This record gives sequence, C-alpha cells and structure tokens, in this order.
Amino acid sequence: MSLIEVKHAIKTYSTGDSAFNALNDVSLSVEDGEFVAIMGTSGSGKSTFMNMLGCLDKPTSGEYFLDGIDVINLDTDSLAQIRNLKLGFVFQGFNLISRTSALENVELPMIYKGIAHEERIARAREALKTVGLEGREEHLPNQLSGGQQQRVAIARAIVNDAPVILADEPTGNLDSKTSYEVMDFFVKLNDVYKKTIVLVTHEPDIAAYCKRTVRFKDGNIISDEVNR
Amino acid sequence: MIDFISTFKIAVRSLKINKMRSILTSLGIIIGVSAVIIMLAVGAGASKRISDDMASMGSNLLMIRSGSSNTGGVRMGSGTQPTLTIKDAYAIEQNCKAVAYVAPYVGEAQQVTYGNQNWATSAAGTTASYFYIRDWKIKDGRNFTEEDQKNITKVAIVGNTVAINLFGDVDPLNKTIRIGNVPFKVIGVLETKGQNGMGQDQDDIVFIPVTTGQKKLFGTDFPGMVKLINVKAVSAEHLELAEEQITELLRARHHIGKNKDDDFTVRNLTQMMESAKEATRTMAILLGSIAGVSLLVGGIGIMNIMLVSVTERTKEIGIRMAIGAKAGDIRQQFLIESLLLSFAGGILGILIGVLGAYAIQVFSDMQIAISSFSILLSFGFSGLIGVVFGYYPAYKASLLNPIDALRYE
Repeated sequence: MSLIEVKHAIKTYSTGDSAFNALNDVSLSVEDGEFVAIMGTSGSGKSTFMNMLGCLDKPTSGEYFLDGIDVINLDTDSLAQIRNLKLGFVFQGFNLISRTSALENVELPMIYKGIAHEERIARAREALKTVGLEGREEHLPNQLSGGQQQRVAIARAIVNDAPVILADEPTGNLDSKTSYEVMDFFVKLNDVYKKTIVLVTHEPDIAAYCKRTVRFKDGNIISDEVNR
Repeated sequence: MIDFISTFKIAVRSLKINKMRSILTSLGIIIGVSAVIIMLAVGAGASKRISDDMASMGSNLLMIRSGSSNTGGVRMGSGTQPTLTIKDAYAIEQNCKAVAYVAPYVGEAQQVTYGNQNWATSAAGTTASYFYIRDWKIKDGRNFTEEDQKNITKVAIVGNTVAINLFGDVDPLNKTIRIGNVPFKVIGVLETKGQNGMGQDQDDIVFIPVTTGQKKLFGTDFPGMVKLINVKAVSAEHLELAEEQITELLRARHHIGKNKDDDFTVRNLTQMMESAKEATRTMAILLGSIAGVSLLVGGIGIMNIMLVSVTERTKEIGIRMAIGAKAGDIRQQFLIESLLLSFAGGILGILIGVLGAYAIQVFSDMQIAISSFSILLSFGFSGLIGVVFGYYPAYKASLLNPIDALRYE
C-alpha cells in the first residue's frame, strides 16, 4: 500500500438548501519518497484536500489511509496523535507561536509526543542547524525575516521524524529569492532526509522543484504528471 | 496527555508574556483572600478577647445589684439605692440550692501607703468566697477566714500591681500598709489577672474583709449595706435556677408585694458574655462572607481574562492542535494558567492579609487572632476558584476546530 492512499473522497458542504461538493470523487496515491506539487486556482478544492491529508478534516465519504492507518475512523485524540507522529506542517503564514523563541517553537511537537526535556532541546537545536539557523535559537519570530521564520517552521515539521511533510503555499508570503532558498530546503528534505512531501502552490516555477504535479479544478483532479 | 511539568512551563511562559494583565487578574484574588484573612482575624480576635474576659471573670457568674432609686419620678441607675445587705448574701448562701458561692462586695477609691511609697487604688470589702467565684488564686499567704469577718480584723490581700508599686522587691507578707489612715496587715498576694474587657487593670486593687470595710474604712450612710453581691452557680445548667431562687428569696426578705418591681437586679454575666460572644461570631461570619464575595468577584475576573485570552490566542491553539496537541492538552494548559493566577493571588493575598491584620493590631489596639484554618481555607478556596472559573474557558479552548482556529487572524 502507498504511504498516502485516498480513494473516492467526496467532501460536501451544505449551506441551507444548496449542497456543494468541494471534493468530487478524488482518488490519489503518493508513494514513499515522492515530492508532489498540488496546483489549482482558489476554490479548486486543493485546500480541502490538504486539510483532509493533514487529518484536520474528514471527507463526507471515501477512504483515506496514511501509512496504512485507516484515518477516517479515528477519534479526535487519535487524529491529534497521527498529526504529531506522521505529519509535519508548513503553512503559508509560517504559523509560529508569537513571543516564543525559535527553539521553543521547534520543541513543541516533541512536547506533545512526550519526549524528555534534554532530548527535546538537543533535537530542536539539531533541526534548527539543519535549516541553517544555528545561533538564532533564542530569537523570537518577529526578530526573524520571513525566510528564516519559514525555516523555523520547516525545522518544526521535521523534528519529530514524521515521514510526510505537508506544505500549504510555503512560499506564498516570500519574495522569489527567499522562495527559491526555502524550496532548496524542501529538495534537500526530499533527497537527503527521504521525506515524502506534498506541497500546494500557485506558481509553476515553485512546482518545478517537485517531481510530480497534480492539478485540481472544481473538486476534481484534472491532471497528474511526472515533472521533466 | 502530556506531562504536567511541560504544560506547567507553557502556562508560566504564557502568563509571563502578559505580565501586567496577569498581575491585574490576580489582584482580585489578592484582595479577596487578604480581606478574608483580615476579617476572620479581627472576628476571631474579638471572640478571643471575650473568651479571655470570661475566663478571668470566672465561670457561672451571677451579679446582684441593688435597685435604682426613684426621686421625684427621676429613676437613677441601678445600684444607686442601697437595698442589699450582708445578711442577704448569707441568706442566699444558706437557702439557694443552685448557688455554690456568695460574696458581698463594697468598694471605693483609696490612697494606700507603705513606708514612703503611696499608691492610689481601689479598696474592696468582700469575703473569702469572692476569690473562688472569680477563680482567682492567692499566690502567697492566705485567704480571709470566718474569724476575720467576725472579729473585723484589719487584714488585706493585695493585687499584684499594688504589691509591685508599694513594695517593689520587698516581700509584702505581714507588712503593715495604710489604707486611707487605717493600718492593715497584708496576709496575701494575688496572682496576676490582667486587664478586663474594658482595659482596666484588675490587679490594681486591695481586698479587705467586708465587715472591716464597713465598720472601719468606708464611711457609709447605710450600715450593713453592700452595692453588689457576686454569686457563683453550681454549674452552667443551674444559672437560671439560681437566678429564680435568688429573686424569690430576696423578694421575700425585702417584703416586696406581688405587683411591685424588684428593688434589685440579677444579672447573668456568663449568659451576657455568651451572647456577646455569639454576636461577635455572627459579625465575624458576616464580615467573612462579604470578603468571600470579593473573592468570588476575583474569580469572575479570572474567568473573564481567561475567556479573552482564549479568543486572543485562537491561532496559537490552532497551531498547537495541528502539530499534535490533544483537546486534553489544551484544556490542561489553560486550566493550569488560571490555577497559577489564583494560587499566586492566594499566596500574595495571605501575605498581605497576615501583614494587614498585624498592622491593624499595632495601629488600632484591636486584638487579632490569625488561625491556620483561615489561611488554609482561603488558600484552598482560591485554588477552587481557579478550577471552577478556569474550567469553562479551558473547555471552550479545547473544543476549537483546528482548521477554523488556524484561519483566525
């Protein structure tokens, strides 16, 4: 079985009388070690799909297996545990906890995993070193540039050794030079650390860093091709 | 759920970020707790003073005063018309079964001298029973005897204050002092009794046999009359019976007709003290409740701020949930925050309350009594408030949907 296995996922939002399918019978498999770009205009259903992949939302019907686990039928506490152990999130708006140091932000997933304090510190330092932020451990998010903040977020996503990284427009708030630097880290994560990455983007040049591109339109997958 | 220490650290950090707000939130609890402690201390102090007074006064005490005079329709205070006699006192002792001891009492201010020392004090004529009634021990020497009363002996038992002021280091026993101009031999020194409820020094007194007082010292217009008769009942249960028996006996002895008023009053001092004690207790409870209300208001303040905090930190909650915090973890974090606020407020409140209570004692001369019970009570209560008023905001935070929370700006 693939690392990510989505079968016939349908997500229906009903407002009053009218119902609207945000996802219209979507199936997708992602193998271990893949680097997938998900593209599509806003309202194409890609965000709904990402929320589902991230175990933050459940489809109205369909199946989703993550690393062989039937995620759909888990309760909220188990889902929190799956997010903690199997997934790393990188968001467009960085989503670091404000007025909390880079080190403490990276520590968070390990706190919820139940790792002891000394080990947390050591691993958080290591992760920050991986993303090239050595010496910035005690900086607060507002003392860091956008690119640096996003690297802290990447460090936070990898620190728990989750096999899958989900990135929702990680370069959306960054200028192109910084965007390319950040994308170089994703490539490194994929090549060196063998992480499976699913990344949402609008921009073709960002998608070009990935190995496979999936296009969404009106709740359907309209194309799925291997890059280069 | 994650371990307590990690959550505790997260909570401490969150509170540190908003220092001013945290302090102001705790202020409600600080004021509430210190108010409870001060009120309870003042209330307990008042009760304790009354209890001490009761102990120094003696237990199961009745006091008979002669009636009020009625001159041309103007009624004077009780004791102005001398109607009680020493014989009344002996009659009570012999006839009233519910009575254990009876002591007649006459007193007035006198100048007392010994050698070249002199001292203004009260001289009181009474009998040996007086010291049993008041639970007052004779430190050195002996009590009055029947012979002293019968023979009108000029002997005196001195209070400790008089002993110190007249004699200094000299042993007062068997020395001769002059009360007014009459020489008396000191036969006893009393133990220290301390101040009474009015702040009077009870040890500043000289006792002499009542008969001697009347015949030799006090120039009274009404021979054989006494102002007061002190009575000790057999037990607390016998107080009312004793009162009835005395009233019946005295009415018969004074030939008072069926429809006439008594020419004396019997006051149940023990009962009066008990009701005064009850009154201070009620007062203390009332003050404590008012302070408790301010503690409650402080709790509502905590809930208010925690609700604001949860709304303000919706995004943070979303992030925590996305990276693996369970609902229980979020709930625990906010609950610990409110507990920290209330406990910190509680501890500071106890400090301020204890200091405040002592300040009141120093500056207002009011007696206070801080009990460990009141400290434990307010500490426990502040913790309870933290849980009760912190639970709803924490529960609300834990119910947030991570997707919505993440989108919150």
